Amino acid sequence: MGFPNRIERTVELAHAPQQVWAALTTAEGLAAWFGNKGATIDLRTGGDASLDFDNGVHTNMRVERIEEPTVFGFTWQIYGLPADDPRRTYVEFTLEPTPAGTRLTVVETGFAQLPDDAHKTAFDGNVNGWAQKLDELRDYLDAR
Amino acid sequence: MPADFEAIAEQVFIALGDPNRRVILAELAAGGPATATDLATRLPITRQGIAKHLATLELAGLVVAEPGERRRVRYRLQSAPMQLAQQFLAALARDWDSQLDALSAHLDRKARRPHG
Repeated sequence: MGFPNRIERTVELAHAPQQVWAALTTAEGLAAWFGNKGATIDLRTGGDASLDFDNGVHTNMRVERIEEPTVFGFTWQIYGLPADDPRRTYVEFTLEPTPAGTRLTVVETGFAQLPDDAHKTAFDGNVNGWAQKLDELRDYLDAR
Repeated sequence: MPADFEAIAEQVFIALGDPNRRVILAELAAGGPATATDLATRLPITRQGIAKHLATLELAGLVVAEPGERRRVRYRLQSAPMQLAQQFLAALARDWDSQLDALSAHLDRKARRPHG
């Protein structure tokens, strides 16, 4: 299978879980290492969050899981897909205390999702709809 | 993992592996639906070459033939397979290594300057 659906990384951090938790779940923390141009977060399940990156990309996220200070999960859009595409990947950070500080694991899943049929139909319909509307406009103008 | 997912991604990357097909797809993306004749006049590819590549792209589902003016067939780019391939690229482009290095550096800075 050549299509990665799941990405996982683990890092050892020389800081207590509370410090790591703050870096992951506060606007100030996120803006310091993640969205370097700014970050917002409404820290409750279902809350909105966003990151602004150096390259001008603005990403909206939705907070999915909060178990302070061990699990923080959110969903966000797959980079490069149109804004109205419903597909999201799920990112989950897990914090484990260690003698030296914290073992942080990040798992991102959902890259290999097919668009659901309803969306696919709606999307194709929309594209064809525009082509048809532009043709109708031209016929209208030609007839004048 | 649905098998067709792999198959669609493979078709996209095969299509993009050929420079003439890239040029044709780029022209359809930039200028919208076009006939084989339109493409032959705009691109440095023979009419026969255009027809051959369009047939390959149509089989792969990357372009769709539709009736155009004066009953001539126009080819339109199909974006859904491209978006699927983009998901694959998104997984490769997700740079958690750099991001986690940045997190580590941020925590180190903050520990050195607890009030800064």
